[in-house]
Amino acid sequence: MYKIIQKEMLTPNICRMVVEAPRLAAAAKPGQFLIVRADEKGERIPLTISDFDVEKGTVTIVTQPIGASTQDIVAFEEGESFADVVGPLGNPSEFIEMSPEQLAASHFIFIAGGVGTAPVYPQAKWLHAHGAKVDVIIGAKTASLLIYKEEMAAVCDHLHLCTDDGSEGFHGMVTALLEKLVNDGNQYTQAVAIGPMIMMKFTTLTAKKLGLPIVVSLNTLMVDGTGMCGACRVTVAGKTRFACVEGPEFNGYDVDFDEAMRRQCQYRTEETEARENHVCKIGRG
Amino acid sequence: MANKIGRVPVREQDPKVRATNFEEVCYGYNVDEAMLEATRCLHCKNPRCVGACPVGIKIPEFIEKVKDGDFAAAAAVIAEDSSLPAICGRVCPQETQCEGSCILGIKGESVAIGKLERFVADWTREQGKAPAAAIAPSNGKKVAIIGSGPSGLACAADLAKLGYDVTIFEALHRPGGVLEYGIPEFRLPKDKVVAAEIEAVKALGVKIELDVIIGRTVTIDSLMDEEGFEAVFVGSGAGLPRFMGIPGENANGVFSANEFLTRNNLMKAFRPDYLTPIHAGKQCVVVGGGNVAMDAARTALRLGAETTIVYRRTEVELPARKEEVHHAHEEGVEFKMLTNPVEVLADEKGWVRAIKCIKMELGEPDASGRRSPIPIEGSEFEIPCDTVIMALGTSPNPLIAQTTGGLETNRRGCLVADEHGATTRPGIFAGGDAVTGAATVILAMGAGRKAAAAIHEYLSAK
Ligand SMILES: Cc1cc2nc3c(=O)[nH]c(=O)nc-3n(C[C@H](O)[C@H](O)[C@H](O)COP(=O)(O)OP(=O)(O)OC[C@H]3O[C@@H](n4cnc5c(N)ncnc54)[C@H](O)[C@@H]3O)c2cc1C
Ligand SMILES: Cc1cc2nc3c(=O)[nH]c(=O)nc-3n(C[C@H](O)[C@H](O)[C@H](O)COP(=O)(O)OP(=O)(O)OC[C@H]3O[C@@H](n4cnc5c(N)ncnc54)[C@H](O)[C@@H]3O)c2cc1C
Ligand code: SF4
Ligand code: SF4
Ligand code: FES
Repeated sequence: MYKIIQKEMLTPNICRMVVEAPRLAAAAKPGQFLIVRADEKGERIPLTISDFDVEKGTVTIVTQPIGASTQDIVAFEEGESFADVVGPLGNPSEFIEMSPEQLAASHFIFIAGGVGTAPVYPQAKWLHAHGAKVDVIIGAKTASLLIYKEEMAAVCDHLHLCTDDGSEGFHGMVTALLEKLVNDGNQYTQAVAIGPMIMMKFTTLTAKKLGLPIVVSLNTLMVDGTGMCGACRVTVAGKTRFACVEGPEFNGYDVDFDEAMRRQCQYRTEETEARENHVCKIGRG
Repeated sequence: MANKIGRVPVREQDPKVRATNFEEVCYGYNVDEAMLEATRCLHCKNPRCVGACPVGIKIPEFIEKVKDGDFAAAAAVIAEDSSLPAICGRVCPQETQCEGSCILGIKGESVAIGKLERFVADWTREQGKAPAAAIAPSNGKKVAIIGSGPSGLACAADLAKLGYDVTIFEALHRPGGVLEYGIPEFRLPKDKVVAAEIEAVKALGVKIELDVIIGRTVTIDSLMDEEGFEAVFVGSGAGLPRFMGIPGENANGVFSANEFLTRNNLMKAFRPDYLTPIHAGKQCVVVGGGNVAMDAARTALRLGAETTIVYRRTEVELPARKEEVHHAHEEGVEFKMLTNPVEVLADEKGWVRAIKCIKMELGEPDASGRRSPIPIEGSEFEIPCDTVIMALGTSPNPLIAQTTGGLETNRRGCLVADEHGATTRPGIFAGGDAVTGAATVILAMGAGRKAAAAIHEYLSAK
């Protein structure tokens, strides 16, 4: 089980894998995530379900290696299998409950940062297929790090690209491009931001300034993903919430991003040690 | 005569040594010690010990066999009532159950029933002489068990022996429930004891599907309607941690005992060859007084932290097993009783630097007869620390009740079930912590066995 059917590098540092997980694929909905444990000694790593195929019984994950565990995941090759893949976890995006009339009347703007572009894809795809208007902004540091351009273009009305260094698309950050699009007269009904915590924080501030409702998908630390440990707790509207079972999506206006960013670094000392001492043994036979 | 000798002491690892390792604290009896201890039992006509064991193990009968040196026969006596003796012998709160009612305990020391039970189970396992179970021919009926804790394992084992086709669905990547993720290695060895018990259940033909979260991956309805399961047992435990709701609780360095113990036990953070990070800090404060608090404190201590337990009542009221409290003292855990946290104080980077507590005194007994603690005004003080572990109890996960029509819960979030485990929906049974709230291994096991009998009756009549 959990065999890797297909693997490809989207950029030198972002890897897409199609993994066999039939029960999971049959139950997955946009907005949900899964947990991968690469091998017997690995951590449980949450990753968004970037796509799923009920007939083939597969799910797609897109991983950016940042620490020891994500490095181990991307070191796996086609034909090899992960020890565990469990999910779907978290709540599906709220919009899947919307009526056809509501969907037809809505205009979504997605703001995707870096590897956060992959989680946006199933949401845009679902909304597009159900009659909503969908625009997407993909932002990255530089042109070579932009992912999912063709895939996304196929499932949205307008695709906007931006890079920090101006090497492709709009020259500047996603927040500046969002502001420009709204000032140009685009009337969005709902924004959704997915990406690094810091990017979601500033995008929320921009959306607030523009009077635009915004949903964010929080990538907190997690262990079990079922509500059992509280590692994922965040303060939303002044209350402690467990991101894995009550999220991962929340109203951006209500999220205490500073606390969330601080909590994300709780194991930095231990993780740095793990990375420095870690000799990747996986995937090399 | 026989009871002239005192209770045979059990050999343990030296406290100074064991405070730095995760090996089992208690070595258990050897053959001679067990046979000697067995001579102390008076074989009472109306044994009070049996009535105080939640599953009614025939204690004098099995002890008699131990005395005679016929350990396989002793194991067979125990197996009539318990399916997890190696575990219960180690973790039952014997002082409030079997041993607490032993007649010898009135004037002196009770018979070491738990240690004898453990000895019998360990001996039969090590000698490969576990009682052979009779398995009825397959009746072709499928039963699903949700959760692989003691209630699920016991229910599965009994149903498999009755000829059912049983599958356990477990959310985590290893089976065992709290036995695997909660109770530490130094109290309950994972490979030697827990894995062996699980293998024994599998040997009866029980299948275990890991990484399946009922309510997310599949629902109970789809198991029954599409996959042909005719009955379901829910043994999903009480896994949701409680926090205090005090200011500063989300500071970095504040963890639930569940997170801390799961990282250490299920994900083996104490072993350098695993990737799991864990943060025990230099000075660790554990809040709570149950088994969970003792386990968290003794784990933090072993990971190198100076550890203090903070509890709002006195040591007499500590709900933990007496043996664990005693072991924690020996290993150097500090106890601050009649103390309750009011705030977690963080440094400028958001990390815990101290916990602010208030002193308590015991007031009048409440309805349950327990004297409730009352804060002493103006007695606040700080305990410096860099880690705080909250061990305040747990409640059942609402996921299954939320995703299964017709399953009622009470106001504490526990599934409603009668004494046989039947829930408010026909065909669905439940037991263990999911029904009672956080309780004990032996009660969970007993509930699983009762539900197995009820499921058998239900499906035989169908
Ligand atoms: C619901 C959810 C969905 C996610 N989806 C994806 C996805 O689709 N693709 C993907 O590549 N990643 C995703 N993530 C993030 C991914 O889980 C983390 O990158 C991973 O856990 C890091 O593990 P590591 O051991 O490799 O790195 P670590 O060694 O744990 O971390 C390295 C550094 O990154 C920081 N860090 C740790 N965890 C996170 C985090 N969750 N987010 C950002 N920084 C972190 C740490 O502070 C540390 O400094 C998701 C997270 C969540 C909770
Ligand atoms: C740290 C700690 C120490 C303890 N010490 C003692 C002790 O010394 N003595 C004692 O007698 N008792 C002790 N207990 C209590 C005892 O362990 C529990 O009462 C007992 O394990 C309950 O058994 P259970 O079968 O009801 O549930 P659990 O053991 O909790 O098992 C439930 C299982 O169900 C799984 N599950 C939950 N939801 C789902 C789902 N939706 N789908 C699939 N699977 C699911 C869980 O992952 C888990 O594996 C302790 C508990 C803890 C936490
Ligand atoms: S199961 Fe527990 S209570 Fe019963 S005899 Fe054994 S140790 Fe005592
Ligand atoms: S009460 Fe004590 S002495 Fe009597 S039968 Fe039970 S264990 Fe033996
Ligand atoms: S990840 Fe453990 S409770 Fe959310």
